[in-house]
Amino acid sequence: MTILAADNLSIDFGGVRAVDSVSFAVNKAEIFAIIGPNGAGKTTLFNLISGVYAPKGGRVRLNGDDVTHKPVHMLAARGLSRTFQNMQIFFRMSAIENVMVGRHLHERRNLFAHLCMLPSVVRQNHETRQKAEELLALVGLRDVADRQAGTLPYGALKRLEIARAMATEPKVLLLDEPAAGCNAVETAEVDAVIQKIAGQGITVVLVEHDMRLVMKISNRIHVLDQGRTIAEGTASDVRANPAVIAAYLGAHGSKEAALARH
Amino acid sequence: MPALLRNYGIVAAIAVLIAVLPLILPSTFYLRIAALVFIFSIAVLGLNLLMGFAGQVSLGHAGFFGIGAYAVAIGPTHLGIPSWVALIAGVTVAGLLAFVVGRPILRLKGHYLAVATLGMGLLIAMVFTNEARWTGGPDGMPVPRLQLFDWTARGSITWYWISGVTLVIASLIAVNLIASPTGRALRAIHDSEVASKVLGIDVARYKLLAFVLSAIYAALAGAYLALFDGLVTPATAGFLRSIEFVTMAVLGGLGSILGSIVGAAILTVLPQVLTVFHDYEHIALGLIMIVFMIFLRAGTVPSLAALFSRKSS
Repeated sequence: MTILAADNLSIDFGGVRAVDSVSFAVNKAEIFAIIGPNGAGKTTLFNLISGVYAPKGGRVRLNGDDVTHKPVHMLAARGLSRTFQNMQIFFRMSAIENVMVGRHLHERRNLFAHLCMLPSVVRQNHETRQKAEELLALVGLRDVADRQAGTLPYGALKRLEIARAMATEPKVLLLDEPAAGCNAVETAEVDAVIQKIAGQGITVVLVEHDMRLVMKISNRIHVLDQGRTIAEGTASDVRANPAVIAAYLGAHGSKEAALARH
Repeated sequence: MPALLRNYGIVAAIAVLIAVLPLILPSTFYLRIAALVFIFSIAVLGLNLLMGFAGQVSLGHAGFFGIGAYAVAIGPTHLGIPSWVALIAGVTVAGLLAFVVGRPILRLKGHYLAVATLGMGLLIAMVFTNEARWTGGPDGMPVPRLQLFDWTARGSITWYWISGVTLVIASLIAVNLIASPTGRALRAIHDSEVASKVLGIDVARYKLLAFVLSAIYAALAGAYLALFDGLVTPATAGFLRSIEFVTMAVLGGLGSILGSIVGAAILTVLPQVLTVFHDYEHIALGLIMIVFMIFLRAGTVPSLAALFSRKSS
């Protein structure tokens, strides 16, 4: 069953077609990867799906509903959440507060009660904190819950973003390069976290450059080059696809090229 | 919530200080200065919710301050309504104006928002200067004393208590808000708007909320100042006053409740102290402010707090 679909999505930046009529359909509870050489349009595609950019053409469907021109903040309520390639951490807040912000949609928003800190708000803050603690535990950050987020190492922030996105209780989670800049140990942690999330029945769509990780965890892989779809299929399909090999070899000096051939 | 408890501790300390200060201060002159500090603190506290927590600048807050001030002047004088009704009306008008103006201008960011709010403040001040029939024009107008039934609020000690108690309540409300889901949303917007949106926060709505709330704080403070002074002039709503508020917030510490009060206190008390330098008063004030900002970069309160916590650990 399709939970997230892109139909002929396109967008231009200053006359350059960054994404050119890209279509795909993600099934419920699968891990779906979007790969491609640098500049292929992966992050732009993510921004289109999550409503951060408005597409010039095409549609996005979530759970069968057209959400193409919905404001970004409405998509979270419909079960879509994401992380960012160039991390968007609330760096002045503590790690746990970052995750608590993710509970926003599940909290009662009565301004008067908030201004007076009524007992109901105190109780709710407590519940929100407990949920956030569970999520920090899921990504292995429980020990640093009260540290200011800006002081945490890079790998920890990557996982903090995942915990924060999970706090919205998404049906579909978009992960933009969750293992970028991570060492082998950190990548293994990210791998384990993604598997745990998928194990909860949450659909995961990821953009990732670490081919070993992509090939290992993805049910299906969608390959972009210069804004266009060049292949889609299982890891072995994609690896054997001549267009994919050509695209990666064309991307000069890329270690991904070597990996794609293996 | 340890942060909330710590903030309650700070508010309690402020309350105790306000309660004992009249026993220490030698004359009503000092009580008058203290009352001014409390009144400005209320305005700066509101501005700090907007700037320090939600991260949106306003260079026009004296406009809202002026609306509160002129409301308690115009209401009783021209419309024959009691001062306290005029005060509530003024605060309401300021809130409504912020709601209407905030919608379009809060779409702007950074310098553009600064210029737009500056323009808003100038426009409001211009109305007070030009509508002489209602406002007395550039000379301003007298403000009748606040009366509740048979009681008239006059004198420094009375306004010391009125503004002091209000400041404690205003601080409590600010502290509560910051620790609530709404406060978390505002702080999140400050650090990343796109991440806030993705988490389901209606960013435009929350910015507007902070703007309206800060306008209400400013208007209330403005009404108090006018009632206390017994006179209001366009300078009350002027550009320099707006800059003064921003300077107080930054000097005391953005994102710090105590900082709002310390900032207001420094910029209210210092000019009084510096009168001993006669002609060099303004030079001394300017130099002190520069030195403060160089050595206490995050603002007085946050910088000192960081210094002490580093020493103790």
